[in-house]
Amino acid sequence: MNAPVEIKLPEKIAGYRTFTLGQFTFQRDEYFVTITWPTKGQRQSHTMSADAFLRAMMRDVAWGFFYGLVNFDAVFGTRNLYGRVELFAGRYNEAIHKAGLSYVEVFDTPPAMAKFKEILGDWVNEGFDPFAAPAETGAAAAFGEKRGNNLKAIDRFRVATKRMPGLEGDSPLRDDYAVNRAFADVVQDEPEIKAEPGFEKELHAFNLFKYLSRSDVTWNPSVTSVCKQSLFCPTTEEYILPIIHGNDRVEWFVQLSDEITWEVSDRETGRPRARVTMKAGDVAAMPADIRHQGFSKKRSMLLVWENVNPDLPKRYERGELPPYPVEF
Amino acid sequence: MGFTTVFGSLSRYEKGTMEIINDNPKYYVFSNVFEVAAKARPYEKVAVAKNLEYVIEAIRAEGVSPWMACSHDEFAVVMDGEVEVEYVKLDNPESVAPPGKEGTVQVQGEPKGKRMGSVRLKRGHQTLLPKGAAYRFRASKPSVMIQQTIVGPLTVQKWGEICYH
Repeated sequence: MNAPVEIKLPEKIAGYRTFTLGQFTFQRDEYFVTITWPTKGQRQSHTMSADAFLRAMMRDVAWGFFYGLVNFDAVFGTRNLYGRVELFAGRYNEAIHKAGLSYVEVFDTPPAMAKFKEILGDWVNEGFDPFAAPAETGAAAAFGEKRGNNLKAIDRFRVATKRMPGLEGDSPLRDDYAVNRAFADVVQDEPEIKAEPGFEKELHAFNLFKYLSRSDVTWNPSVTSVCKQSLFCPTTEEYILPIIHGNDRVEWFVQLSDEITWEVSDRETGRPRARVTMKAGDVAAMPADIRHQGFSKKRSMLLVWENVNPDLPKRYERGELPPYPVEF
Repeated sequence: MGFTTVFGSLSRYEKGTMEIINDNPKYYVFSNVFEVAAKARPYEKVAVAKNLEYVIEAIRAEGVSPWMACSHDEFAVVMDGEVEVEYVKLDNPESVAPPGKEGTVQVQGEPKGKRMGSVRLKRGHQTLLPKGAAYRFRASKPSVMIQQTIVGPLTVQKWGEICYH
């Protein structure tokens, strides 16, 4: 840990509260969020657009810090240590880290999560939904002086599914949700189930594409099937993935509809490695040592496939497993 | 202006692209389920994604499949066409798919147990293939499914044939 340095912060800027978490400070104004951290006896700072920061923080909160690294941008982010979480600034930016100006601090997950939620609660204005595609929310509402809040929008989390949505006692289907404007042409029929007496609760099927067409959020996976530690986590994607996800295990994508382009770079340094454009029916792995960010020009359906074995991050770190999934 | 959602099919798919900057294209194990199914035998279970023991298989459904079972839940999603699934509750599931044996196994002969019913699936429909049940697929014309399971004796791995490299 770095030695504490004096932090002088205004209590509020443009009506927005200023926050600290450990040695990090977070301030927002009409347009920007500024983060500072201690380094070499002084404070280093970094600025992001407020809307980009809030979209990223929203995913980090909703996903419970997700798997591996959640880079808000090329400088700031979080690393899930599963029970604890590391906040970093510059640690995965080659230039800042080599200059000795990076900083990491580890927190127990609950207080870090509570602080992130507190920031979102104060900084998200009425009319701005950080989960929505830009064309579907009041982009201008993200900016300017503080105006109310949108607690309803930021209180949505990943849906937890034990086996498959729609089964008795499991997560609900989305029949009560509206079909998204970009999926108005998606067929809304249901499978025909003919169960013999006594087996009505054992046979189960649903229209996954209908379910996805009714998602009211973007870049927010929900579990739709559980095979031991293998989880299908489909999601609908539009515009830009608000974070740059750094893997701590191999992750897979199945493009169910339309098209997404992924920019892939090295997890540690951020150096570009590849650009992968996936179309309907394409399947691709994201290796365990990369970071990636997706671009979807039309709202698309993406199946994210995760192996949630909790031992995997350590096994990859120790070099027991290659960072790619298959040898051929 | 309205939106058009693009799904793939056996007769119409377009495989994406990779632009390598500083990497090995094999690391991305990039394939397309329609291309794989177009070249597969009926009900050949071709792995298109693998995460240690877990696997996603692309399956060309055409005609009637053998009866299959598994010691754990599996799931299938129809990506193109129409597939009917029949289910039988096995009298002795452990004799067909022992608990320690993972992945899909083929049932020898007709499954012994009560008929549970059937499910008719179209594109985008997902069904549970429950532990303890035998199931078989039926498709009157070539269709495509993906199946979430664990690598088993029926899984076919031919990465060099299906992936960019």
